[in-house]
Amino acid sequence: MSNVTKADTGASQNPVAFFLTAGCESFAESLRKSVLASLWFIFLTFPIMVIKVDTINKTIDWRWMNMAYIGIGTFVLSFVWRWALARKELTKEESTRENISEKMLDRISSNSYAKYGFLALFAAAAVVFPHAVGMYQTNIMISCLIYIVLGLGLNMVVGIAGLLHLGYVAFYAVGAYSYALLNMHYGIGFWTALPIGALFGVVFAVLLGLPVLRLRGDYLAIVTLGFGEIVRLVLENWGDVTMGPSGISGIDRPGFFGVKFGVMDSITYAYYIMLGLLIFTIFVINRLQNSRLGRALLALREDEIASQAMGIDRTKAKLLAFALGSCWAGLAGVVFAAKTTFINPASFTFWESAIVLSVVVIGGMGSIRGVIAGAVILVLMPEYLRAFSEFRMLVFGATMVLVMVFRPQGLISAKRKIYTYVKGKSATNE
Amino acid sequence: MSNPVLQVNDISMDFGGIRALDEIQLDVRQGEIAALIGPNGAGKTTFFNCITGIYTPTTGDVLVSPEGGAAKRINGMKPNLVTELGMARTFQNIRLFPSMTVLENVMIGTHCRTRSGLWGAVTRNRATRKEEADTIEKSFHLLELMNLEQYSNELACNLPYGKQRRLEIARALATGPFLLLLDEPAAGMNPQETMALKELVLDIRERFNISILLIEHDMKMVMSTSDRVFVLEYGRLIAHGTPKEVSENPAVIKAYLGEDEDV
Repeated sequence: MSNVTKADTGASQNPVAFFLTAGCESFAESLRKSVLASLWFIFLTFPIMVIKVDTINKTIDWRWMNMAYIGIGTFVLSFVWRWALARKELTKEESTRENISEKMLDRISSNSYAKYGFLALFAAAAVVFPHAVGMYQTNIMISCLIYIVLGLGLNMVVGIAGLLHLGYVAFYAVGAYSYALLNMHYGIGFWTALPIGALFGVVFAVLLGLPVLRLRGDYLAIVTLGFGEIVRLVLENWGDVTMGPSGISGIDRPGFFGVKFGVMDSITYAYYIMLGLLIFTIFVINRLQNSRLGRALLALREDEIASQAMGIDRTKAKLLAFALGSCWAGLAGVVFAAKTTFINPASFTFWESAIVLSVVVIGGMGSIRGVIAGAVILVLMPEYLRAFSEFRMLVFGATMVLVMVFRPQGLISAKRKIYTYVKGKSATNE
Repeated sequence: MSNPVLQVNDISMDFGGIRALDEIQLDVRQGEIAALIGPNGAGKTTFFNCITGIYTPTTGDVLVSPEGGAAKRINGMKPNLVTELGMARTFQNIRLFPSMTVLENVMIGTHCRTRSGLWGAVTRNRATRKEEADTIEKSFHLLELMNLEQYSNELACNLPYGKQRRLEIARALATGPFLLLLDEPAAGMNPQETMALKELVLDIRERFNISILLIEHDMKMVMSTSDRVFVLEYGRLIAHGTPKEVSENPAVIKAYLGEDEDV
């Protein structure tokens, strides 16, 4: 594909025109490679897909049709793959970050009528949602919202400060267990527990962060991974306090000035709580991102030594990122415990950390809209693909690979704020 | 003679068994442009790293006295505190924040001179808004000075090389230093750009009334800008003095050109 010419980049949107401009040579080359790939796959899968031994009649079935399917399927997939890769190479030269959907998002957000219109539409949809659909859908949406909040929290650590954190779920567990235990022993209600859970998240983050944050990159990732596992193992084995693997049940649902809801209403209520928490999170993180501290965290991600040389206290900045991220994990944990009314250590495995991390990476590191998109795709997709539950993980994995190959910066990449300056007074716009 | 703003007394730096710097004695006076030259691997950048807190010197003292104040020993101080005291540096291999905008790069420089915290960031109270506006204004002025204002919303990594170097200087100036440490600012520049840079360095000294310590290989630039020159070779200071004195010093000529065996 290296001999792709840059001749007419506009034609790259259309496969046929693309190959015409790219030249016959690359077209022939793609064809040849795809044929080779399909032959190789036919050979590889021949024993399992074509030969079928019939043990009763002692005969062999030759399923030649399967061979044809494999051959054609592989050929088409390989060809599409090559075309997409070549197109990506070609478009990379004209612009590194733009694509159609992002341009549209930009156009919407630059036009304030359209922006507020869309926001109002979203808000209306979000408010009506639990009444328009059933309890099942609302429940799914609550977990999606929880993942968005978790993703936005982890985004502070991974996306903005650049600290690879693989034990994020530990702080989620801290939040959930603080509420569960406080509620069980002292009867403390949801609203009191919410700030306490966040506080515990911060305290644990600082305790872990102080010794660990001098590590970088892979080392930090391993230590945080270890911490996540330690927390889970403690929850599982310290039966006297945490009730062990059997978990804590009968946790109070969120109260509303002493009003008790039925199951249905309380789920709707939990949905609104989560929605409020999400709006609060977006508000805070959006403001933080373009503040003095947010910039300092970004600088830390970009170049640690240079940021120190510019007067940023590395330890303080890293602790701040860590503590902020964990604060939201704690909050989300409390809501999770209140929503499910039952928690056990199985909800806080490494798999959860991995999903939250994928939400951040696939959505777009450092981008709020990206994280929301990532969570919606990664959490809702498996739910609605239950019909194909056997292939769920396959689709999940394939999505990850595709996103990483074709949009390594995430679905919606972070945009920096544009500043304009007029002599005498300074103005900014997003 | 004005007071030294930076006084380095006999610092040595060992890496395992290797002595990278050997009892260097150096001082920079108020308002002076001093140059540190030497062949590749002489220890110039190591010296910068020692005085800015990235390395802790094995022995010796680094003393700074901003604005004629009392001398302060800064060995082993964290780099961010050294910057806060008023020593800002640039890097030999440019270390900008590549995926932040040009303006934001400069705004980072003001970090240690501004105070707004978490609460201010979330509530955007009056003090924070004022500070932010001041930061933006100051950063724009610095960019104007460097002729970079038309790039202020570009990503730093998209700037051409020479402009990245100038942006690094702007960022360092934003920290409000009394001593600017420039590590090979002219590296990779063509003669015209080097000339412009020379003017810029002289202009910065006048405008901000600061001292500059410069590592440079471009002899024309060193000789025409600096008041005093220090020469390092194999981690040792082999000569210092005015550019003219140094350029006639036999030890320096030997270090740069090698020994003439016929003489």
